[in-house]
Amino acid sequence: MHELSLCQALMQQVDNIAQEREAEGVTKIVIGLGPLSGVEAQLLKNAFPIASVGTVAETAKLMINDLPLRVKCGQCGAESDVTPNKLLCKNCGDWRTTLISGDELMLMSVELEKHKEPEAVH
Amino acid sequence: MCETCGCNITHGNESLIRPGGKLAKTESGKEAVTVLHSLLHENDHAAQHNRDHFDRHNVLAVNLMSSPGAGKTSLLEATIQQLDPNLRIAVIEGDLETENDAERIRKHGVKAIQITTGSACHLDAHMIHQAVHNLDLSALDIVFIENVGNMVCPASFVLGQHQNVVLLSVPEGDDKPVKYPVMFRAADLVMISKSDLLPILNDFKSEKAKHYLHDIACTAPVIELSSKDRSGMTVWLEWLDQQIAGRKAYLQTYRKATPLHGALSPHLHTLNHPVHSNKAVK
Repeated sequence: MHELSLCQALMQQVDNIAQEREAEGVTKIVIGLGPLSGVEAQLLKNAFPIASVGTVAETAKLMINDLPLRVKCGQCGAESDVTPNKLLCKNCGDWRTTLISGDELMLMSVELEKHKEPEAVH
Repeated sequence: MCETCGCNITHGNESLIRPGGKLAKTESGKEAVTVLHSLLHENDHAAQHNRDHFDRHNVLAVNLMSSPGAGKTSLLEATIQQLDPNLRIAVIEGDLETENDAERIRKHGVKAIQITTGSACHLDAHMIHQAVHNLDLSALDIVFIENVGNMVCPASFVLGQHQNVVLLSVPEGDDKPVKYPVMFRAADLVMISKSDLLPILNDFKSEKAKHYLHDIACTAPVIELSSKDRSGMTVWLEWLDQQIAGRKAYLQTYRKATPLHGALSPHLHTLNHPVHSNKAVK
């Protein structure tokens, strides 16, 4: 169950960003997750409320974007959309392919709540 | 993949992970910040730091991963007995509980550091960093890291190792690679262990295991080994020798090219820990 450790690492990063930018709170966190990241989206969602308690992101919404699994063939150069246990080239069938997308485990963006600017006094 | 040069953004995922601009102000006084950092940023940083430690002393670090009971400790015991006596080794053991595996290694006169992870299902780079500081790396050639027996979580955490060896024991079945693609794709060497059982458990076919490894585009070489009857040991020990030689040659070239950086530079210890000593702690 390493999703909880990952969520704790995520909280640390989000907290740093919020502090750097002097934010009052975090309203949204967007994660990019590839099918070969080794992480289950649902488990990450389950771990989030536990890891976020008492942090600046306690009320933030966690969004997980599923990223596609794509390979490039080392023989014919074609690119194919594949599944996690079949990474063969769909054009020539060769197995010597390279992953070009699909193992990401990435904090993509955060939405911060900023201090309200005081209105100008005339 | 790293976060500094943007190499984690490929043309395959670019359109999906690049929203608008770098900073997009929203109307309601909120600010959207694009980050694009790996969630494992801290771990990756610590792993690189461990790697620097190993490289400074020309130590090869080998991470062994498998299911529980696939024969990692037995492999290490057989290796200790048959390895060139001039090669000095130490073992970092990861287990949820007990010092049993470390004690098995120590009986052979080899230094073993036990990390008990409690409920954690994997070793991470910070745990390895602590263990590294309890080893005298200047008196070692190889550090073996025996990861927690688990086919899922250890694959996500780099430790600073140079090579990953994934064991697939014969009783587990030859289709393990397609069941655990993340783990097997991380392998630099796949070892079919307990190969003495091949004649008995004859539904396991090594050729099929290789076929499944191709399905997940795993290019790692595959060897068969039995720690019991010691078949395959020569191939394994040769592989280790090749890795040591390859590592030394790489570091020589690297140091010549960048004399002021990397492994020869003064040790900039950015990781936070109270004791900084490479002297062995008893």
